[in-house]
Amino acid sequence: MFRFILSRVGILIPTFVGVAIVAFAFIRLLPGDPILLMSGERGISPERYAELQTLLGYDRPLPLQFWDYLTGLLQGDFGNSVVTRRPVLEEFMTLFPATLELSLVAITLAVFIGVPAGVLAAIKRGSWFDQITMGAALTGYSMPIFWWGLLLIIFFSGYLGWTPVSGRISLLYYFPQTTGFMLIDSLISGQEGAFRSAVSHLVLPGIVLATIPLAVIARQTRSAMLEVLGEDYVRTARAKGLPAFRVVSVHALRNALIPVVTTIGLQVGVLMAGAILTETIFSWPGIGKWMVDSVFRRDYPVVQGGLLLIAMVVMVVNLAVDVLYGFINPRVRAR
Amino acid sequence: MSLLTIKNLSVTFQTASGPFKAVDGFNMTLQPGEILGIVGESGSGKSVAMLGLMGLLPPTATVTADEMSFEGRDMRGIGARERRRIVGAAMAMIFQEPMSSLNPCFTVGFQIKESLRIHMKLDRKARHRRAIELLEAVGLPEPERRLKAYPHQLSGGMSQRVMIAMATACRPKLLIADEPTTALDVTIQAQILDLLVDLQKDHGMAMILITHDMGVVAETAQRVIVQYAGQQVEAQGVETLFTEPHHPYTAALLSAMPERATGDRLPTIPGVVPGQGDRPNGCLFNPRCPKADALCRTVVPPRQDETLGRALCHYPLNARIGEAA
Amino acid sequence: MSHIEAQEAAEGVGSQIPDRKPEPSARGRMLREFWYYFSENKGAVVGLWVFAAVVLIAILAPVIAPFDPTAQNRDALLIPPIWQEGGVWPYLLGTDAVGRDMLSRLIYGARYSLFIGLVVVTLSVTVGISIGLLAGYLRGWFDTVVMRVMDIILAFPSLLLALVLVAVLGPGLVNAMIAIALVLQPHFVRLTRASVMAEKQRDYVTAARVVGASPFRLMVVTILPNCLGPLIVQATLSFSSAILDAAALGFLGLGAQPPTPEWGTMLADAQEFVLRAWWVVTFPGIAILITVLAINLVGDGLRDALDPKLKRS
Repeated sequence: MFRFILSRVGILIPTFVGVAIVAFAFIRLLPGDPILLMSGERGISPERYAELQTLLGYDRPLPLQFWDYLTGLLQGDFGNSVVTRRPVLEEFMTLFPATLELSLVAITLAVFIGVPAGVLAAIKRGSWFDQITMGAALTGYSMPIFWWGLLLIIFFSGYLGWTPVSGRISLLYYFPQTTGFMLIDSLISGQEGAFRSAVSHLVLPGIVLATIPLAVIARQTRSAMLEVLGEDYVRTARAKGLPAFRVVSVHALRNALIPVVTTIGLQVGVLMAGAILTETIFSWPGIGKWMVDSVFRRDYPVVQGGLLLIAMVVMVVNLAVDVLYGFINPRVRAR
Repeated sequence: MSLLTIKNLSVTFQTASGPFKAVDGFNMTLQPGEILGIVGESGSGKSVAMLGLMGLLPPTATVTADEMSFEGRDMRGIGARERRRIVGAAMAMIFQEPMSSLNPCFTVGFQIKESLRIHMKLDRKARHRRAIELLEAVGLPEPERRLKAYPHQLSGGMSQRVMIAMATACRPKLLIADEPTTALDVTIQAQILDLLVDLQKDHGMAMILITHDMGVVAETAQRVIVQYAGQQVEAQGVETLFTEPHHPYTAALLSAMPERATGDRLPTIPGVVPGQGDRPNGCLFNPRCPKADALCRTVVPPRQDETLGRALCHYPLNARIGEAA
Repeated sequence: MSHIEAQEAAEGVGSQIPDRKPEPSARGRMLREFWYYFSENKGAVVGLWVFAAVVLIAILAPVIAPFDPTAQNRDALLIPPIWQEGGVWPYLLGTDAVGRDMLSRLIYGARYSLFIGLVVVTLSVTVGISIGLLAGYLRGWFDTVVMRVMDIILAFPSLLLALVLVAVLGPGLVNAMIAIALVLQPHFVRLTRASVMAEKQRDYVTAARVVGASPFRLMVVTILPNCLGPLIVQATLSFSSAILDAAALGFLGLGAQPPTPEWGTMLADAQEFVLRAWWVVTFPGIAILITVLAINLVGDGLRDALDPKLKRS
């Protein structure tokens, strides 16, 4: 098992270097001089320009520059924001919990609704439940989620007035961000109504971000389940006289989950892409909105660093899913 | 009282192109401790009939019978809960593909002990003891270690031994073995067959052996049913079946046995079992029968009596003079 | 095409169909069989009709649209749809914040979405299949490098990479399409490569090689037609994700620029009226959803009909 994990990490290294090359190349592909871009609107004196060029190493050969960039990354130096002058990594770390909280809520919704729905649809194949569920899943899969979010705002915030339109919590409340998760922090703070407020802010973005993963997971679970239900070992389980529920929930589901776990892992990328749109609509102060804002502010070091950091998050989660896959699939584990 | 009685069992599948009768008028009785062989080519409905008895067919299948009783209990309108109490306990089944019949995600021990827990209500320790006992009984060395093994770590022969251990876990009265040796190497086939017969004698259980191998039948079974295209074409005691087959299909199966072949080439039966779309008129075997004439091609053959092996044929073979008339 | 090649092609494709019998009109039979499986999926047939309707609307846009999609009417700002109080004929679906007719803009929007889908899929399919064919056929260092590069592209969330690419190239519809095509093509590379590697082992390829077919011939004429099924399905799915991604970029203000009546861009303009004028938000989204849903329905039907593994399951 340890060797299995090690081999997965081994595969990751060249991909990481490649991702770093893409991020490195990004700022050099930009039209215009990177130093002029970074110095912003105010302009820059020729002396300062030369000084900066030496300082940032732009006068050195490209491979050396890349080496410096790479060693910088390994020491946690992802550059500094042009706008706020703060290190990119620091900004990322303050904003990431918001995105993480939103993503966790979304993937939890998606898994806990999607898997049972897919299993039920497979068991009752061809029934009205199956048809409605799969129709809904395909609709969800086809959904432009930025529009879906606006629609929910119109209905729940505008028409019903149930939920707030933006942010993570009402401005009435203020408490230290111990964990960075608003749900937990609001509980710790002990302030009356804070937790309720946090939940009501989270509901709509959570639903919006969950939509596509939910649809994908439900569809994948159904097809994996259908395949497994036709297997010989399911017949064996039934021939043992096991209750139908046990046959499905133990013998069939355990096998069907193997491809489903891979699918769930692949949703990290979908969640990150979705976060860009969801956070923009709901003014959710996470890394998705941060990236969009930085693109518009021409804060290129942030775009560069954020791109790399998000890719790293995706890669690490995929690695974790690979390892988890090894744990739930005995054929991989026992090799 | 017989252990199992089936009269006029039919199984119909709903398919995209209309209903398909996979088993048509299947009859059998089985005494406790008896071994019955059911032979026929693939597609002859021999497995489907038994799966129907076990209640393991998909919902697209409709099972009807005039009688279907096990230990005097009517198995036709039986509720799912009551059926589960019998299936896997008093009546167990093993399958053709041992490798894919074991769940790849669970250990051998888990899968054996599961039956013991559900049917025998044994406690944890007793389950473990019994599981080891069972693996020893099916001839697996190092049973302690095998209990922790996953199916993909076992060979085909070992998997089938595990399947047999699982099926016999609750000391069944009837074991249905559906082509238990077909997927195995030739050397392993004999071992598994011997094991089945030994277990059958030790436990005094009845066994239904589904196979397409006449040799297997000759070695083990006491009585034989021959199935063709969902129909029962002959039923006889094993000795007389081999000396005096009454249906041309039985005769053809016998002459296709390597042990019996006389010429340089092994005789084969030309053609294939008719499927859903290409059922002939009259006798279903007529396109492949060397003796078929106009009558066979138009009129459905009658069921002959006991002395002629209940053969489904216009012109039964080995009919003594005066009997055929 | 010589008769030998025709035979080879027919044989290879036919090998995916169970119980095939040699027939002279293999292609016609395949098409019939394909339609049989496709039309069994009723959703797919509905999807196909809807998609055909969208195509028709796009083609006939200048004829059926009651107004110029960019013409502003200062006297008719934010007029609600005709059935709601305040609705005015002939603004069937109302007007937007600068008095443009919603219906006309939606009708013209169909042109943009289909155009985006078509260009992006054509681009990513051609590039993806070419690279995939080469990688799968040549193997070796070329294959290794290509697959690493594809892994790298796939390590980024698609919309994020498209967003950053557009930031580099500058906002606009053409750049958005290039970015989306780049993000989508690794799927085609992987799919083609995998199929080529599987097909290469088959006897009919060996046979063609023995006969003396050139590598190019082998790749394009012998092997490629037999990998088409999954590629067609993937192309359909990419068509819908291209429309979605382009709309998303438009919505973020990085795709088609106003006053282009692209559906995503229309939504970006409408965002500030979310709580005041529901129609400017609702209709462009419905248009995107219906178009994408129709294409995905067709994609599901194609998969049922073309994927031999799923047949009759």
